[in-house]
Amino acid sequence: MTAAGPAHPIVEAGLERSLAELLLALADDDFVLGFADSEWTGIAPHLEEDVAMSSLAQDELAHAAAWYGLLAQLTGGDADRVAYDRPSTAVRHSRLVDHGRGDWARTMTRRWLYDTANAVRIEGLASSTCRPLADIAVKVRREEAYHLAHGQAWVERLAQAGGESRRRLDDALALVGPDAPSVLAPLESEAALQAAGILPTGSAELLERWTARVEPVLGRIGLGLPPAAPAALDPAMARSGHGPDFEALWAELTSVRRLDPEAAW
Amino acid sequence: MTTATARPPARAALVRAARARLATVVDPEIPAISIVDLGLVDGVTVDDATLVVEILPTFIGCPAIELIRAAVIEQLEPLRADPDSGLERVEVLISFREPWTAARISERGRAALVASGFAPPGSGPQLVGLAPPATCPYCGSRRTVLENAFGPTRCRSIHYCTACRQPFEQFKDA
Repeated sequence: MTAAGPAHPIVEAGLERSLAELLLALADDDFVLGFADSEWTGIAPHLEEDVAMSSLAQDELAHAAAWYGLLAQLTGGDADRVAYDRPSTAVRHSRLVDHGRGDWARTMTRRWLYDTANAVRIEGLASSTCRPLADIAVKVRREEAYHLAHGQAWVERLAQAGGESRRRLDDALALVGPDAPSVLAPLESEAALQAAGILPTGSAELLERWTARVEPVLGRIGLGLPPAAPAALDPAMARSGHGPDFEALWAELTSVRRLDPEAAW
Repeated sequence: MTTATARPPARAALVRAARARLATVVDPEIPAISIVDLGLVDGVTVDDATLVVEILPTFIGCPAIELIRAAVIEQLEPLRADPDSGLERVEVLISFREPWTAARISERGRAALVASGFAPPGSGPQLVGLAPPATCPYCGSRRTVLENAFGPTRCRSIHYCTACRQPFEQFKDA
Protein backbone atom coordinates (compact mmCIF):
# COMPACT_ATOMS: atom_id res chain seq x y z
CA MET A 1 0.00 0.00 0.00
CA THR A 2 1.32 3.42 -0.86
CA ALA A 3 0.32 6.73 0.62
CA ALA A 4 -0.56 7.96 -2.85
CA GLY A 5 -2.98 5.08 -3.51
CA PRO A 6 -6.59 5.70 -4.41
CA ALA A 7 -9.02 6.45 -1.60
CA HIS A 8 -11.46 3.69 -0.70
CA PRO A 9 -14.51 4.01 -2.91
CA ILE A 10 -17.59 5.12 -0.96
CA VAL A 11 -19.83 2.68 -2.78
CA GLU A 12 -19.41 -0.20 -5.21
CA ALA A 13 -19.31 0.67 -8.90
CA GLY A 14 -22.69 1.12 -10.54
CA LEU A 15 -24.44 2.45 -7.44
CA GLU A 16 -23.02 5.98 -7.53
CA ARG A 17 -26.09 7.60 -9.05
CA SER A 18 -28.45 5.85 -6.66
CA LEU A 19 -26.41 6.86 -3.62
CA ALA A 20 -26.16 10.40 -4.98
CA GLU A 21 -29.96 10.61 -5.16
CA LEU A 22 -30.25 9.56 -1.51
CA LEU A 23 -27.51 11.93 -0.32
CA LEU A 24 -28.99 14.85 -2.22
CA ALA A 25 -32.43 14.25 -0.68
CA LEU A 26 -30.91 14.19 2.82
CA ALA A 27 -28.75 17.24 2.18
CA ASP A 28 -31.36 19.37 0.44
CA ASP A 29 -33.99 18.78 3.14
CA ASP A 30 -31.60 19.93 5.89
CA PHE A 31 -30.23 22.81 3.81
CA VAL A 32 -33.57 24.32 2.81
CA LEU A 33 -35.16 23.85 6.24
CA GLY A 34 -32.08 25.20 8.02
CA PHE A 35 -32.07 28.29 5.86
CA ALA A 36 -35.82 28.88 6.23
CA ASP A 37 -35.61 28.54 10.02
CA SER A 38 -32.61 30.88 10.22
CA GLU A 39 -35.01 33.64 9.15
CA TRP A 40 -36.30 33.65 12.75
CA THR A 41 -32.98 34.87 14.13
CA GLY A 42 -33.72 38.23 15.74
CA ILE A 43 -37.52 37.99 15.41
CA ALA A 44 -38.49 34.81 17.32
CA PRO A 45 -41.29 35.26 19.89
CA HIS A 46 -38.82 35.61 22.77
CA LEU A 47 -35.11 35.61 23.43
CA GLU A 48 -34.81 31.95 24.47
CA GLU A 49 -36.50 30.90 21.25
CA ASP A 50 -34.29 33.21 19.26
CA VAL A 51 -31.31 31.30 20.64
CA ALA A 52 -33.01 27.93 20.13
CA MET A 53 -34.07 28.56 16.53
CA SER A 54 -30.64 29.89 15.60
CA SER A 55 -29.08 26.76 17.07
CA LEU A 56 -31.57 24.44 15.35
CA ALA A 57 -30.95 26.16 12.03
CA GLN A 58 -27.18 25.84 12.49
CA ASP A 59 -27.60 22.14 13.24
CA GLU A 60 -29.51 21.63 9.99
CA LEU A 61 -26.96 23.55 7.95
CA ALA A 62 -24.10 21.60 9.57
CA HIS A 63 -25.83 18.31 8.81
CA ALA A 64 -26.47 19.44 5.25
CA ALA A 65 -22.76 20.28 4.90
CA ALA A 66 -21.84 16.75 6.06
CA TRP A 67 -24.19 15.17 3.47
CA TYR A 68 -23.01 17.51 0.68
CA GLY A 69 -19.42 16.74 1.67
CA LEU A 70 -19.98 13.02 1.25
CA LEU A 71 -21.76 13.64 -2.03
CA ALA A 72 -18.83 15.75 -3.22
CA GLN A 73 -16.43 12.92 -2.31
CA LEU A 74 -18.62 10.52 -4.29
CA THR A 75 -18.83 12.68 -7.40
CA GLY A 76 -15.39 14.28 -7.15
CA GLY A 77 -16.89 17.75 -6.84
CA ASP A 78 -16.93 20.51 -4.27
CA ALA A 79 -19.58 20.68 -1.52
CA ASP A 80 -20.33 24.39 -2.02
CA ARG A 81 -20.73 23.92 -5.75
CA VAL A 82 -23.08 21.00 -5.22
CA ALA A 83 -25.16 23.04 -2.79
CA TYR A 84 -25.29 26.46 -4.44
CA ASP A 85 -24.44 26.36 -8.13
CA ARG A 86 -27.62 24.95 -9.62
CA PRO A 87 -31.05 26.12 -10.70
CA SER A 88 -33.87 25.95 -8.15
CA THR A 89 -35.48 23.13 -10.15
CA ALA A 90 -32.47 20.89 -9.38
CA VAL A 91 -32.98 21.18 -5.61
CA ARG A 92 -34.46 17.91 -4.33
CA HIS A 93 -35.99 18.88 -0.98
CA SER A 94 -39.34 17.41 0.00
CA ARG A 95 -42.73 19.11 -0.27
CA LEU A 96 -42.92 19.51 3.51
CA VAL A 97 -39.81 21.68 3.46
CA ASP A 98 -41.03 23.60 0.39
CA HIS A 99 -43.56 25.63 2.41
CA GLY A 100 -42.49 29.04 3.64
CA ARG A 101 -41.84 29.32 7.36
CA GLY A 102 -45.18 31.14 7.89
CA ASP A 103 -46.07 32.03 11.47
CA TRP A 104 -44.55 30.52 14.61
CA ALA A 105 -47.19 27.76 14.77
CA ARG A 106 -46.41 26.68 11.21
CA THR A 107 -42.67 26.75 11.83
CA MET A 108 -43.02 24.62 14.98
CA THR A 109 -45.51 22.20 13.43
CA ARG A 110 -43.32 21.75 10.37
CA ARG A 111 -40.19 21.38 12.51
CA TRP A 112 -41.77 18.66 14.63
CA LEU A 113 -43.15 16.78 11.61
CA TYR A 114 -39.79 17.03 9.87
CA ASP A 115 -37.74 16.07 12.92
CA THR A 116 -39.87 13.01 13.65
CA ALA A 117 -39.76 11.87 10.01
CA ASN A 118 -36.05 12.59 9.68
CA ALA A 119 -35.34 10.69 12.92
CA VAL A 120 -37.05 7.59 11.52
CA ARG A 121 -35.13 8.00 8.27
CA ILE A 122 -31.67 8.38 9.81
CA GLU A 123 -32.27 5.64 12.39
CA GLY A 124 -32.89 3.38 9.40
CA LEU A 125 -29.63 4.53 7.78
CA ALA A 126 -27.54 3.79 10.89
CA SER A 127 -27.17 0.19 9.68
CA SER A 128 -26.48 1.12 6.06
CA THR A 129 -23.82 -0.91 4.25
CA CYS A 130 -22.36 2.43 3.15
CA ARG A 131 -20.19 3.01 6.21
CA PRO A 132 -19.46 6.76 5.82
CA LEU A 133 -23.20 7.37 5.42
CA ALA A 134 -24.04 5.23 8.47
CA ASP A 135 -21.41 7.02 10.60
CA ILE A 136 -22.90 10.44 9.84
CA ALA A 137 -26.45 9.13 10.41
CA VAL A 138 -25.53 7.89 13.92
CA LYS A 139 -24.04 11.24 14.87
CA VAL A 140 -26.91 13.27 13.39
CA ARG A 141 -29.46 11.17 15.26
CA ARG A 142 -27.76 11.85 18.60
CA GLU A 143 -27.67 15.60 17.97
CA GLU A 144 -31.29 15.70 16.88
CA ALA A 145 -32.61 14.32 20.16
CA TYR A 146 -32.70 17.96 21.24
CA HIS A 147 -34.81 18.89 18.21
CA LEU A 148 -37.41 16.25 18.93
CA ALA A 149 -37.92 17.38 22.52
CA HIS A 150 -38.15 21.04 21.49
CA GLY A 151 -40.64 20.52 18.66
CA GLN A 152 -42.96 18.26 20.62
CA ALA A 153 -43.00 20.65 23.59
CA TRP A 154 -44.10 23.48 21.31
CA VAL A 155 -46.82 21.53 19.51
CA GLU A 156 -48.25 20.46 22.88
CA ARG A 157 -48.00 23.98 24.28
CA LEU A 158 -49.79 25.54 21.30
CA ALA A 159 -52.55 22.94 21.50
CA GLN A 160 -53.10 23.28 25.22
CA ALA A 161 -53.06 27.09 25.20
CA GLY A 162 -56.38 27.08 23.29
CA GLY A 163 -57.77 30.19 21.57
CA GLU A 164 -55.64 31.78 18.90
CA SER A 165 -52.68 29.43 19.54
CA ARG A 166 -54.85 26.40 18.95
CA ARG A 167 -56.44 27.92 15.85
CA ARG A 168 -53.01 28.67 14.37
CA LEU A 169 -51.83 25.16 15.17
CA ASP A 170 -54.91 23.67 13.50
CA ASP A 171 -54.30 25.81 10.40
CA ALA A 172 -50.63 24.83 10.29
CA LEU A 173 -51.34 21.12 10.60
CA ALA A 174 -54.01 21.33 7.89
CA LEU A 175 -51.56 23.09 5.55
CA VAL A 176 -48.27 21.21 6.08
CA GLY A 177 -49.51 17.92 7.58
CA PRO A 178 -50.59 16.36 4.26
CA ASP A 179 -47.11 17.00 2.86
CA ALA A 180 -45.22 15.53 5.85
CA PRO A 181 -44.92 12.01 4.36
CA SER A 182 -42.94 13.49 1.43
CA VAL A 183 -39.80 13.33 3.62
CA LEU A 184 -40.10 9.53 3.59
CA ALA A 185 -41.50 9.10 0.06
CA PRO A 186 -39.73 6.44 -2.04
CA LEU A 187 -36.76 7.61 -4.08
CA GLU A 188 -36.61 6.58 -7.72
CA SER A 189 -33.60 4.40 -6.92
CA GLU A 190 -35.12 2.88 -3.79
CA ALA A 191 -35.08 -0.70 -5.14
CA ALA A 192 -31.39 -0.52 -6.07
CA LEU A 193 -30.46 1.10 -2.75
CA GLN A 194 -32.39 -1.51 -0.79
CA ALA A 195 -30.90 -4.41 -2.74
CA ALA A 196 -27.41 -3.14 -1.89
CA GLY A 197 -28.28 -2.62 1.77
CA ILE A 198 -27.45 1.09 1.47
CA LEU A 199 -31.06 1.80 2.41
CA PRO A 200 -31.76 -0.95 4.96
CA THR A 201 -35.41 0.03 5.47
CA GLY A 202 -37.81 0.90 2.66
CA SER A 203 -40.11 3.89 2.61
CA ALA A 204 -43.31 1.95 3.35
CA GLU A 205 -41.87 0.60 6.60
CA LEU A 206 -40.42 4.02 7.51
CA LEU A 207 -43.83 5.65 6.98
CA GLU A 208 -45.44 3.09 9.28
CA ARG A 209 -42.86 3.72 11.99
CA TRP A 210 -43.28 7.48 11.68
CA THR A 211 -47.08 7.31 11.83
CA ALA A 212 -46.87 5.10 14.93
CA ARG A 213 -44.81 7.80 16.65
CA VAL A 214 -46.69 10.96 15.71
CA GLU A 215 -50.30 9.76 15.95
CA PRO A 216 -50.26 9.08 19.72
CA VAL A 217 -48.71 12.51 20.41
CA LEU A 218 -51.37 14.24 18.30
CA GLY A 219 -54.11 12.05 19.80
CA ARG A 220 -53.24 13.16 23.32
CA ILE A 221 -53.84 16.80 22.34
CA GLY A 222 -57.05 16.10 20.46
CA LEU A 223 -55.57 16.21 16.98
CA GLY A 224 -55.17 13.71 14.18
CA LEU A 225 -52.68 13.27 11.38
CA PRO A 226 -54.24 14.57 8.14
CA PRO A 227 -54.28 12.09 5.22
CA ALA A 228 -51.22 12.29 2.97
CA ALA A 229 -51.48 14.43 -0.15
CA PRO A 230 -51.18 12.15 -3.21
CA ALA A 231 -48.15 14.12 -4.47
CA ALA A 232 -46.37 13.64 -1.13
CA LEU A 233 -46.07 9.90 -1.71
CA ASP A 234 -45.40 9.98 -5.46
CA PRO A 235 -41.67 9.46 -6.19
CA ALA A 236 -41.96 11.78 -9.22
CA MET A 237 -43.60 14.60 -7.25
CA ALA A 238 -42.52 14.37 -3.62
CA ARG A 239 -39.32 16.31 -4.33
CA SER A 240 -40.20 18.47 -7.34
CA GLY A 241 -42.66 21.15 -8.41
CA HIS A 242 -41.45 23.79 -6.01
CA GLY A 243 -43.72 26.68 -5.02
CA PRO A 244 -43.23 30.47 -4.90
CA ASP A 245 -42.15 30.49 -1.22
CA PHE A 246 -39.21 28.27 -2.06
CA GLU A 247 -38.30 30.18 -5.23
CA ALA A 248 -38.00 33.36 -3.16
CA LEU A 249 -35.98 31.56 -0.49
CA TRP A 250 -33.62 30.05 -3.07
CA ALA A 251 -33.02 33.43 -4.71
CA GLU A 252 -32.16 34.86 -1.31
CA LEU A 253 -29.96 32.03 -0.07
CA THR A 254 -27.86 31.89 -3.24
CA SER A 255 -27.59 35.69 -3.64
CA VAL A 256 -24.24 36.13 -1.88
CA ARG A 257 -22.73 33.14 -3.64
CA ARG A 258 -23.85 34.50 -7.02
CA LEU A 259 -22.12 37.83 -6.35
CA ASP A 260 -18.74 36.09 -6.53
CA PRO A 261 -18.77 32.29 -6.88
CA GLU A 262 -14.97 32.11 -6.64
CA ALA A 263 -14.65 34.05 -3.38
CA ALA A 264 -12.88 32.25 -0.54
CA TRP A 265 -14.56 32.35 2.89
CA MET B 1 18.28 0.37 0.11
CA THR B 2 17.65 3.18 2.49
CA THR B 3 14.20 4.25 3.50
CA ALA B 4 12.72 7.16 5.40
CA THR B 5 9.92 4.95 6.75
CA ALA B 6 9.88 4.53 10.53
CA ARG B 7 10.49 0.99 11.86
CA PRO B 8 7.88 -0.52 14.25
CA PRO B 9 9.66 0.34 17.54
CA ALA B 10 10.31 3.84 16.25
CA ARG B 11 6.64 4.08 15.25
CA ALA B 12 5.45 3.29 18.76
CA ALA B 13 7.77 5.95 20.16
CA LEU B 14 6.51 8.44 17.57
CA VAL B 15 2.89 7.76 18.48
CA ARG B 16 3.73 8.24 22.18
CA ALA B 17 5.52 11.49 21.43
CA ALA B 18 2.63 12.67 19.27
CA ARG B 19 0.07 11.86 21.98
CA ALA B 20 2.12 13.76 24.56
CA ARG B 21 2.17 16.80 22.27
CA LEU B 22 -1.57 16.52 21.54
CA ALA B 23 -2.25 16.73 25.29
CA THR B 24 -1.02 20.34 25.11
CA VAL B 25 -3.53 21.36 22.42
CA VAL B 26 -6.47 23.09 24.11
CA ASP B 27 -10.07 23.50 23.04
CA PRO B 28 -10.40 26.93 21.36
CA GLU B 29 -13.64 27.72 23.21
CA ILE B 30 -12.72 26.34 26.64
CA PRO B 31 -8.92 26.68 26.88
CA ALA B 32 -8.86 25.02 30.33
CA ILE B 33 -9.39 21.61 28.71
CA SER B 34 -7.17 19.80 26.23
CA ILE B 35 -8.53 18.07 23.14
CA VAL B 36 -7.27 14.77 24.61
CA ASP B 37 -9.19 15.24 27.87
CA LEU B 38 -12.25 16.30 25.89
CA GLY B 39 -12.03 12.96 24.08
CA LEU B 40 -11.64 14.44 20.60
CA VAL B 41 -8.48 12.50 19.70
CA ASP B 42 -9.23 9.03 18.40
CA GLY B 43 -6.55 7.20 16.44
CA VAL B 44 -2.92 8.33 16.23
CA THR B 45 -1.09 6.18 13.68
CA VAL B 46 2.01 6.21 11.51
CA ASP B 47 1.36 5.11 7.94
CA ASP B 48 4.66 5.04 6.05
CA ALA B 49 5.95 8.59 6.32
CA THR B 50 2.60 10.08 7.36
CA LEU B 51 1.48 10.72 10.92
CA VAL B 52 -2.32 10.48 10.93
CA VAL B 53 -4.41 11.99 13.73
CA GLU B 54 -8.12 11.21 13.78
CA ILE B 55 -10.31 13.85 15.42
CA LEU B 56 -13.94 13.23 16.41
CA PRO B 57 -15.96 16.49 16.44
CA THR B 58 -18.30 16.99 19.40
CA PHE B 59 -20.89 18.23 16.92
CA ILE B 60 -21.02 17.80 13.15
CA GLY B 61 -19.69 20.91 11.43
CA CYS B 62 -18.34 22.40 14.67
CA PRO B 63 -16.67 25.68 13.61
CA ALA B 64 -13.83 25.13 16.10
CA ILE B 65 -12.62 22.10 14.16
CA GLU B 66 -10.53 24.07 11.68
CA LEU B 67 -8.78 25.88 14.56
CA ILE B 68 -8.14 22.52 16.22
CA ARG B 69 -6.80 21.06 12.99
CA ALA B 70 -4.35 23.96 12.60
CA ALA B 71 -3.24 23.70 16.26
CA VAL B 72 -2.64 19.94 15.94
CA ILE B 73 -0.51 20.39 12.84
CA GLU B 74 1.45 23.18 14.53
CA GLN B 75 2.09 21.08 17.66
CA LEU B 76 3.25 18.08 15.64
CA GLU B 77 5.44 20.06 13.27
CA PRO B 78 8.63 19.57 15.39
CA LEU B 79 8.14 15.80 15.14
CA ARG B 80 7.70 15.99 11.40
CA ALA B 81 10.70 18.28 11.00
CA ASP B 82 12.96 15.99 13.04
CA PRO B 83 15.05 14.15 10.43
CA ASP B 84 15.24 11.06 12.69
CA SER B 85 11.45 10.67 12.71
CA GLY B 86 11.22 9.61 9.07
CA LEU B 87 8.01 11.61 8.82
CA GLU B 88 7.12 13.66 5.78
CA ARG B 89 3.55 14.64 6.53
CA VAL B 90 1.05 15.16 9.32
CA GLU B 91 -2.54 14.52 8.35
CA VAL B 92 -5.61 15.39 10.42
CA LEU B 93 -8.70 13.34 9.59
CA ILE B 94 -12.08 14.59 10.80
CA SER B 95 -13.83 11.32 11.49
CA PHE B 96 -17.30 10.05 12.42
CA ARG B 97 -16.09 6.45 12.58
CA GLU B 98 -17.21 6.51 16.15
CA PRO B 99 -19.58 9.20 17.47
CA TRP B 100 -18.08 11.53 20.06
CA THR B 101 -20.06 11.22 23.28
CA ALA B 102 -19.62 12.82 26.68
CA ALA B 103 -18.40 9.47 28.00
CA ARG B 104 -15.14 10.24 26.18
CA ILE B 105 -14.37 13.19 28.50
CA SER B 106 -11.70 12.18 31.03
CA GLU B 107 -11.99 12.70 34.79
CA ARG B 108 -9.41 15.48 34.52
CA GLY B 109 -11.45 16.99 31.69
CA ARG B 110 -14.61 16.94 33.75
CA ALA B 111 -12.81 18.70 36.60
CA ALA B 112 -11.47 21.30 34.15
CA LEU B 113 -15.00 21.96 32.85
CA VAL B 114 -16.34 22.50 36.37
CA ALA B 115 -13.43 24.82 37.19
CA SER B 116 -14.37 26.86 34.10
CA GLY B 117 -18.00 27.21 35.20
CA PHE B 118 -19.47 24.45 33.04
CA ALA B 119 -21.50 21.54 34.30
CA PRO B 120 -20.07 18.39 32.74
CA PRO B 121 -22.55 16.29 30.82
CA GLY B 122 -23.93 13.02 32.15
CA SER B 123 -21.54 10.17 31.49
CA GLY B 124 -24.00 7.81 29.83
CA PRO B 125 -25.66 7.93 26.43
CA GLN B 126 -28.66 9.64 28.04
CA LEU B 127 -30.55 12.03 25.84
CA VAL B 128 -32.39 15.21 26.61
CA GLY B 129 -35.76 14.86 28.29
CA LEU B 130 -34.58 11.90 30.32
CA ALA B 131 -31.48 13.62 31.62
CA PRO B 132 -31.32 14.41 35.34
CA PRO B 133 -30.83 18.07 36.38
CA ALA B 134 -27.33 19.39 35.79
CA THR B 135 -25.08 19.78 38.82
CA CYS B 136 -24.28 23.44 39.51
CA PRO B 137 -20.55 23.98 38.84
CA TYR B 138 -20.44 26.74 41.47
CA CYS B 139 -22.13 25.22 44.53
CA GLY B 140 -22.60 21.56 43.57
CA SER B 141 -26.39 21.65 44.06
CA ARG B 142 -28.69 19.48 41.94
CA ARG B 143 -31.53 21.99 42.48
CA THR B 144 -31.08 23.39 38.99
CA VAL B 145 -33.41 23.96 36.07
CA LEU B 146 -32.86 23.77 32.34
CA GLU B 147 -33.45 27.29 31.00
CA ASN B 148 -32.74 26.44 27.38
CA ALA B 149 -31.57 23.24 25.72
CA PHE B 150 -29.93 25.53 23.15
CA GLY B 151 -27.13 27.88 24.13
CA PRO B 152 -24.46 30.24 22.83
CA THR B 153 -22.90 27.43 20.77
CA ARG B 154 -24.40 24.22 19.42
CA CYS B 155 -22.66 22.14 22.09
CA ARG B 156 -23.86 24.09 25.14
CA SER B 157 -27.17 24.42 27.03
CA ILE B 158 -28.24 27.08 29.56
CA HIS B 159 -29.21 26.31 33.17
CA TYR B 160 -30.05 28.12 36.41
CA CYS B 161 -29.18 27.09 39.94
CA THR B 162 -32.02 27.78 42.38
CA ALA B 163 -29.69 27.17 45.35
CA CYS B 164 -26.94 29.73 44.63
CA ARG B 165 -28.92 31.66 42.00
CA GLN B 166 -26.25 31.45 39.35
CA PRO B 167 -26.93 30.90 35.70
CA PHE B 168 -24.48 28.41 34.16
CA GLU B 169 -23.94 26.32 31.06
CA GLN B 170 -23.65 22.62 30.49
CA PHE B 171 -21.60 20.90 27.83
CA LYS B 172 -24.17 18.90 25.86
CA ASP B 173 -24.00 15.18 25.38
CA ALA B 174 -24.50 14.81 21.66
